[in-house]
Amino acid sequence: MNPAVTFPQPSRRVLPGFGLSLGFTLTYLSIIVLIPLAAAFLKTAGMSWGEFVAAVASPRVLASYRLSFLASMAAGLVDVFFGLIVAWVLVRYSFPGRRIIDALVDLPFALPTAVAGIALTTIYAKHGWVGRWLEPHGIKVAFTEIGVFVALTFIGLPFVVRTLQPVLMELEPEIEEAAASLGASRWKTLTRVILPELTPALLTGFALAFARALGEYGSVVFISGNMPMRTEIVPLLIITKLEQYDYRGATAIAVVMLVASFLMLLLINLLQKWSRRYHRV
Amino acid sequence: MKSKNFLLPLLGLALAAASPARTVELLNVSYDPTRELYADFNKAFGAYWKAKTGDTVVVKQSHGGYGKQARSVIDGLPADVVTLALAADIDALSANAKLIPPDWQKRLPQNSTPYTSTIVFLVRKGNPKGIKDWDDLAKPGVSVITPNPKTSGGARWNYLAAWAYAKHRQGGDAAAKKFINALYKNVPVLDSGARGSTTTFVQREIGDVAISWENEAFFVLKEFGSDHYEIVVPSLSILTEPPVTVVDKVVRKKGTAEVARAYLEYLYSEEGQDIVGRNFYRPRSPAAVAKYAKVFPQLELVTIDSEFGGWARAQQTHFADGGIFDEIYTKK
Amino acid sequence: MAAIVANSLGSQPPPTAAPRATHDPFWVRWTLTAVALLFVLFFLVLPLAAVFTEALRKGVGAYFAAVRDPDAIASIKLTLIAAGIAVPANVVFGVAASWAIAKFHFRGKSLLTTLIDLPFAVSPVISGLIFVLVFGLQGWFGGWLAEHDLKVIFAVPGIVLATTFITFPFVARELIPLMQSQGSDEEYAAITLGASGWQTFWRVTVPNIKWGLLYGIILCNARAMGEFGAVSVVSGHIRGETNTMPLHVEILYNEFNSVAAFAVASLLALLAIFTLVLKAFIEWRHAASRR
Repeated sequence: MNPAVTFPQPSRRVLPGFGLSLGFTLTYLSIIVLIPLAAAFLKTAGMSWGEFVAAVASPRVLASYRLSFLASMAAGLVDVFFGLIVAWVLVRYSFPGRRIIDALVDLPFALPTAVAGIALTTIYAKHGWVGRWLEPHGIKVAFTEIGVFVALTFIGLPFVVRTLQPVLMELEPEIEEAAASLGASRWKTLTRVILPELTPALLTGFALAFARALGEYGSVVFISGNMPMRTEIVPLLIITKLEQYDYRGATAIAVVMLVASFLMLLLINLLQKWSRRYHRV
Repeated sequence: MKSKNFLLPLLGLALAAASPARTVELLNVSYDPTRELYADFNKAFGAYWKAKTGDTVVVKQSHGGYGKQARSVIDGLPADVVTLALAADIDALSANAKLIPPDWQKRLPQNSTPYTSTIVFLVRKGNPKGIKDWDDLAKPGVSVITPNPKTSGGARWNYLAAWAYAKHRQGGDAAAKKFINALYKNVPVLDSGARGSTTTFVQREIGDVAISWENEAFFVLKEFGSDHYEIVVPSLSILTEPPVTVVDKVVRKKGTAEVARAYLEYLYSEEGQDIVGRNFYRPRSPAAVAKYAKVFPQLELVTIDSEFGGWARAQQTHFADGGIFDEIYTKK
Repeated sequence: MAAIVANSLGSQPPPTAAPRATHDPFWVRWTLTAVALLFVLFFLVLPLAAVFTEALRKGVGAYFAAVRDPDAIASIKLTLIAAGIAVPANVVFGVAASWAIAKFHFRGKSLLTTLIDLPFAVSPVISGLIFVLVFGLQGWFGGWLAEHDLKVIFAVPGIVLATTFITFPFVARELIPLMQSQGSDEEYAAITLGASGWQTFWRVTVPNIKWGLLYGIILCNARAMGEFGAVSVVSGHIRGETNTMPLHVEILYNEFNSVAAFAVASLLALLAIFTLVLKAFIEWRHAASRR
């Protein structure tokens, strides 16, 4: 993004500290992340294929994948839609309280998930501030799939807004002005010029919100109601297996989730690489 | 060498006797609804032990979901004593980690259960749905709150009480299975723990009736007022027997065997039993039973051993993956 | 996620009141702003308001009593200890990792960055579980640790480890894109002029990355203090001993002591707000320093 790289890329020889920094990085990464994660994989390695499939593909587990996946997907999409509006408004307009809103966007990130879960349940339950207006219309949020979706939307919002903000700031107004002077309508400028520029960031934001939502536990268990086959999320099933001293079954599901998160992250990194290349052209 | 080994304990004893202000620390790993009971009891035991030996006992408490607590002990939480909701969880300490001998339940009177309780119903004031017995809970239009038996030990007792009722009053296991199915169809929220369930019923105001341990129901009345809630006692229920034990491997290492045993034995003493009754658990000692007779209503109670052949069997048939409870939700 | 924020700090100044001439008609601006505000109101302001309302429901006295309770104070201390170890450790790691990744070319760099990101996407439940599998009594090192009377899980080290794991990527992900976009020209020049490695690092690199670094520390710290799921698995829930603030909130809530629960929660919310204010301040300073 910074076009000022005029020097040739420094070779390993010129700057010092390669061995030290990489060595430390790898050691620390191994101790904190890789070795513990390996424990999960080795635990499941002791299972036969049949046992593994039975643990990760029973109807209840499948139902929880479905819920976790769909609710995270829906939450990610809603976050993208509203996140775009919020980011746009924060970057382009000025209005009283803009800074406060800007700061608030990070709240879901900093607030402990259990507190978020309890607070959301308090608001959306039958007699809560919002629940009391929705319930008479037959809309139940707390203890349903919608509740899971609400919690995950809350969790994911900052990721979308914070991905979009810098890209929006970077957009050169000249391009828009040029498009406008060439006679393009505002709408056309928006869809033909601005949105394509934003697409990589939107995708990255979505992927981040989605990945985070898949693993979320603390805020969801309070609001979901935990009904088997209906509102059980995947991490809850891991806990359920543990409660029955089924360590292997629990780690088997954990391994499935780990692989899924790893693939999501790989995708995000590819997206970012792509967007970097895209920007350079 | 030999004489040295022989002398050391003596020296230790002499030192212990010479320094009167020794402080012993115990860790009691328990489940959620015993907080109030043990907060009370720990104080009483501290005073008793101080008077008896001069030592100060500090009892640390760990409370949490039933299964989680036992699991923590298995994974190395250094509990001197465990006071859990069901024998199956303590069996796991023996089966999964060899922390205690398999016959642990014979070490203290009454199968190592110094207090009991039973399963009753908590309804809103005036009992608007007219709930009198278990069969009212399976009727259409009644909303029942109970936690998830897969994650909550207390909820397993709830489930088994319902089963026992249907088996006795409606004729056999087949009827019981049908009844359980109908009952759980009326449950809108399965919280992960007993306390979560109570919160749902009391603070979220969801459900017409909560299936609850008797002590928990009394606690709600005390905490939130008997002008809001009522207890309904069914005609038949199960005798819930929360067991206690010393964790041998831990106390041996920490050198707390003596005080840990005394701690649990004191639960059986008259003072211990009185505290038990005061905190709405049903005491065992005749004196305390007589004293609290007015508090605890009489009803027909079955036991886990006579009715279900013990916890291992009940767990396997009803709550293991693919068991009868799973069928309710997987078979349409 | 942090990568993104770093971009905003690294390559271009953040939006300090930049009312750029926009071409949107008035009604569009008005509608979009209204939609954004409503969304923020329902999803962010209400939960925050709920925390404080519940905390103050029985008055200020009850609030302060709950906050001054010895168990609450013990949980605050433990939370501070855990964050106090996890955050500096991850700062050192973050700086080292971004130096290696941004300044040098080597094979497997993409894989390495993905692995660094991994803890971000791992479910907190799993993060706790893996430490139990390694250090639990039935785990890999459990027997050895027990023999040597070392406690890891259900004690402070386990809580620190879980916190470190959860907050692992934040500083590194903040710094990597920042250092990448800055390039190595300045360091290169310094070395050519005869500066030593450490001199170059302290005099050239650190001043260049200090705002990004601070921002990373703030994010890392916020997450460290608020972590619930992973710590819950390794804590053992011993009152006054191994309960962090989020765990203490859960315990109080389970005791029907919702005023106290929300009071302690409000401290965490205040911390979040303080963090956000600090962040805004840093962005402002950063923008000022660029002018």
